[in-house]
Amino acid sequence: MWKFCGTAIICVLLAYLPGAVLAEEVSKEQIKGLDEQVQEIKSEALGIAAALSGLEEKLLHPSNTQLSLFVALAEDDDFRLDAVEVQLDGKVVANHLYTFKELEALQQGGVQRLHTGNIRTGQHDLQVTLIGKSPGGAEYRHTADFTIEKGIGPKLVELVLAGPGANTKSISKKDW
Amino acid sequence: MFSRIMCLLGVGFATSCFAAEAPSGELKDLFFGEALYYAHQGDYFDAIARLDAELWQHYGLDDPELDSFYFHVNQAEFSVGDFELSYRMHRRAGRAVEAVLEGNVDEAVRNEAAYRLARIYFQKDQPVNALHALERIQGRVPDRIRDDLSFLRAQVYMATGRFAEAAKILEPLQRADGYAGFAAYNRGIALLRDNEQTAGIRALDQAGQVRGTQRGTLAIRDKANLVLGSKLLDGDRPEEAKQFLERVRLQGPFSTRALLGSGWADASAERYERALVPWSILAKRNVTDESVQEALLAVPYAYGKLGVYGKAALGYGSALEAFGGEIDKLDRSIKSIREGKFLEALTREELKQDKNWMVKLRSLPEAPETYYLMQLMASHDFQASLQNYLDLEALRKRLVVWTEDLDAYEDLIAVRRAYYEPLLPDIDAQFRRLDSRMRLRMEQRDRLDERLQAMLISPRPGFLATAEERVITERISILEEQLKNTRVSEKILHRIRRLKGLIHWRIHTEYDQRLTDAHQHLRQLDGIVEDLRNQYTSFVRTRQAATQSYQGHETAIRQQRRRVRDVREPVKNLMARQGHMLETMAVNELERRRTRLEEFQIKARFAMADSYDRATKAQADREAKALAEAAKAKASSEAEERSTGEAEAPSEPPGESAAQ
Repeated sequence: MWKFCGTAIICVLLAYLPGAVLAEEVSKEQIKGLDEQVQEIKSEALGIAAALSGLEEKLLHPSNTQLSLFVALAEDDDFRLDAVEVQLDGKVVANHLYTFKELEALQQGGVQRLHTGNIRTGQHDLQVTLIGKSPGGAEYRHTADFTIEKGIGPKLVELVLAGPGANTKSISKKDW
Repeated sequence: MFSRIMCLLGVGFATSCFAAEAPSGELKDLFFGEALYYAHQGDYFDAIARLDAELWQHYGLDDPELDSFYFHVNQAEFSVGDFELSYRMHRRAGRAVEAVLEGNVDEAVRNEAAYRLARIYFQKDQPVNALHALERIQGRVPDRIRDDLSFLRAQVYMATGRFAEAAKILEPLQRADGYAGFAAYNRGIALLRDNEQTAGIRALDQAGQVRGTQRGTLAIRDKANLVLGSKLLDGDRPEEAKQFLERVRLQGPFSTRALLGSGWADASAERYERALVPWSILAKRNVTDESVQEALLAVPYAYGKLGVYGKAALGYGSALEAFGGEIDKLDRSIKSIREGKFLEALTREELKQDKNWMVKLRSLPEAPETYYLMQLMASHDFQASLQNYLDLEALRKRLVVWTEDLDAYEDLIAVRRAYYEPLLPDIDAQFRRLDSRMRLRMEQRDRLDERLQAMLISPRPGFLATAEERVITERISILEEQLKNTRVSEKILHRIRRLKGLIHWRIHTEYDQRLTDAHQHLRQLDGIVEDLRNQYTSFVRTRQAATQSYQGHETAIRQQRRRVRDVREPVKNLMARQGHMLETMAVNELERRRTRLEEFQIKARFAMADSYDRATKAQADREAKALAEAAKAKASSEAEERSTGEAEAPSEPPGESAAQ
């Protein structure tokens, strides 16, 4: 029966010895070799992604008509953003429901590209509606209207959203 | 990648060594924020692609310091390395960090790069290379990585056998935020490996009592207690071992092994009743766990030692039944893996949304019993292989989407060509006519401007005569010509002279005002000309955009299509090989567990037979003993009766006594 005891101790000790569970048929060298090939493929795929991204921009959103809308959250604001809707010249161009991961990414300082489209040069009406919940759990909805001026180059607009308790405006626009 | 490194080695460093850092937390570039957004969600492919594009664009600028990305460039260099590391592209991350190290950068930046390089090497199980990278760190180290660097250095020292130095580094780190339990645990292990038994046990004891409520802290506390308890048990110190094993939480990931060890601690001191307490708790848990399976044998073993052979035999019987069921389950799981169900289950979309996907996997139909694979799945090699497989699957899907995108681009171009090509010749002809008219007017305007400028120096009032004045002057000249050879009255001649004088007077006296008005009109005209020019430029741009929307993309699309096609096949092959490797690992693990269960089955059968023998023998002994005692009792009662009978015989008839 001491064999059982021995097995128990070995099991426990194995837990902090690295790589002890691997079967013989799959060697470290095989794993490493395959891993390196996967890395090469990933690198090539990243190159394709970059080239396709450039091609997409040229074909679908040339700089003279390009409009990109970005969404960020105000710093240290813990309200829960549920959804954002954006209307451009009275038409809904973006409507996004946030997952928990997306919300966390925004809270950690990430900036979401909500919409990329094409507009003519000149003035355009922009209406932004946010729906969320305050830290206390109350429903929170706010709409703000802006005017954007589209010039010859690409137009980048950042929308900074804040909760009801924040010192800043609920929705503020920043032209880049 | 190569281009990026060259880029980093070239203009990159000239910029980055002077690059300003954005004030803490303040975002100066939207695209950098976008890359972070993807990275914070664990979508490292998109994060790297965005940052790569930004870095490439930034270093391609004539004046990169005017670009908003300039404020984040140092951070971005490291971030892209971090993202590559998280995306398991260690080689690329390592090359990028090496490039930073070789560049003309600030001491703190270089030290941080060396730290990151060492971390990459350590993660790739190359501790000697990690040590070399750490040796390159000299001078100022950024505060935010100071503790991380110390912990990594200690880990590298431990991996290279320098346990005493590791313990020395870890000692102050025990008080650092976020490292309390981890530093104490590693210090304990380092001291034990350095044969400092007493100090090592004390350090593990400290790690086993570290305060905190976070999952990581609780887990390291349990692990320290378990390791210490197991070590003491192994060193034949069961009394001490038990107190540490009992510190392990009953619901944590180490609880089953702690309960098993706790039972063995009692059993080795021959306190089998007490050993039954943890083992009985353990035996009721999930039977797929290795410790639980061992407890199923340990419980009847303890009953056997206590002489309760019947219960022991029943226990072994239950264990045999459970092992049989588990072996069947393992056979089904192995079959399921060999049929490819495991890989199918691993790539299910719904699992990716759940952190406990590994646990959920077992509830899927026809999926193998993943509880048996938990230990394997937690191993670094399996995780790395699994992540590679999932990354390849994601790449495969991307490649399908990209192929469809390229098809869509070609369709788009065809539609645009079909729309624009019939329209453009007519538009171009109209434009050429308008263009020549516009050029003519512009030349006229320029001539007017030149004249007006000249008139500022040498006044020419005649140039500013109105059309009516010019007509009148012309008619007067004609009249004068007609009357030259004709006798006319002085009165008429006087009238003509008067009219000429009047016109001359008006032109000369109004000259200044007229010149001012002419300048004003020219300025007004300039405004109109400017609008016209803008329209002209806008038209030219739109015209160019129309052509560019369908011309000149064929080569790019063809190249990308070829690249996508070239990658699709290797991805498919690599997926197959990686998948096969995962299946082999899983099958090996399940077969190992099956072999172990089969050994347990043999032991249980022998032990059950032995217990039945002992139980039968004990029963026989008890019965023999009972018979002996009964015979003895009968004999003594007969003797008693006899003596009583002798005393009472004269008063009773003998028949009555027999009847009684």
